[in-house]
Amino acid sequence: MRDCRPILLLEDDTVDAMTVKRALKDLHILNPLVRVSNGEEALVYLRDESKEKPCVILLDLNMPKMNGIEFLKIAKAEEKLKRIPAIVLTTSKDDQDRIRTFQLSISGFVVKPVDYMKFVEAMRIVNLYWTLSELPNSEQESTNEKLQANTAGGR
Amino acid sequence: MRSSKPILLVEDDNVDAVTVRRALKDLNVPNGLIHQLDGKDALEYLRSGSNKTPCVILLDLNMPKMNGLDFLKIIKKDEELKQIPVIVMTASKDERDKMESFNFSVAGYIIKSADYKKFVESLKILNLYWTLSELPYPGT
Repeated sequence: MRDCRPILLLEDDTVDAMTVKRALKDLHILNPLVRVSNGEEALVYLRDESKEKPCVILLDLNMPKMNGIEFLKIAKAEEKLKRIPAIVLTTSKDDQDRIRTFQLSISGFVVKPVDYMKFVEAMRIVNLYWTLSELPNSEQESTNEKLQANTAGGR
Repeated sequence: MRSSKPILLVEDDNVDAVTVRRALKDLNVPNGLIHQLDGKDALEYLRSGSNKTPCVILLDLNMPKMNGLDFLKIIKKDEELKQIPVIVMTASKDERDKMESFNFSVAGYIIKSADYKKFVESLKILNLYWTLSELPYPGT
């Protein structure tokens, strides 16, 4: 990725999460991987000010408690979260899933290949693209918000 | 691209538009390229029912009449149009431009390289990614 902030992975399946971790390692991608099991846990992580915001979010769709679409609806309505690129990583080939997530302005929809080598190739392309593309700087904005808060308080 | 639908380029500079066309040709990207000169023209194109919906939008930021950020503000509120992935392609390294674009959930923000070979390389990666990724309108 373009910077060294963590990648947040929303994935309820432990084996799938391990495959992502292994692929990132095989590709020498140095960003730490933070894995949560559903949308609810992801929101807790993302709203925790002591945790570093991720550079991108990789999310599965079918998860218990809060699924990927419910998560996107909430995250894309929150000022501090909506700017983080969210890439769907799923085995779902359902047209409705694809349409609904693009309506929530996702930044990619990758159907996970079952074959490991093909999966590594997919992750290589995801990494290439998000190394080429700039990423939103979470720190910058919080500084601006602090400045605005200070200005407002001084009036 | 994964879909055979055209790519919509919103760019006021004709020389830059020619460069994009040339790079796509050099990369053998088969999608057609539709070029609009600013946000206003692009909106007119998108809202005219008879035109083909693009698979992705490549968007410059600094343009007359309606700039890239104003264009994003409008299409991201439009139920039909908000699902089309928008990739900013600009010379601007301004932090505020970048932040405001990502606040509109752009699907990429690429700083245009002045060097042609590097520019082709960046379009190559862009094409790889949007061939791997599904798109909202898969049809032909």
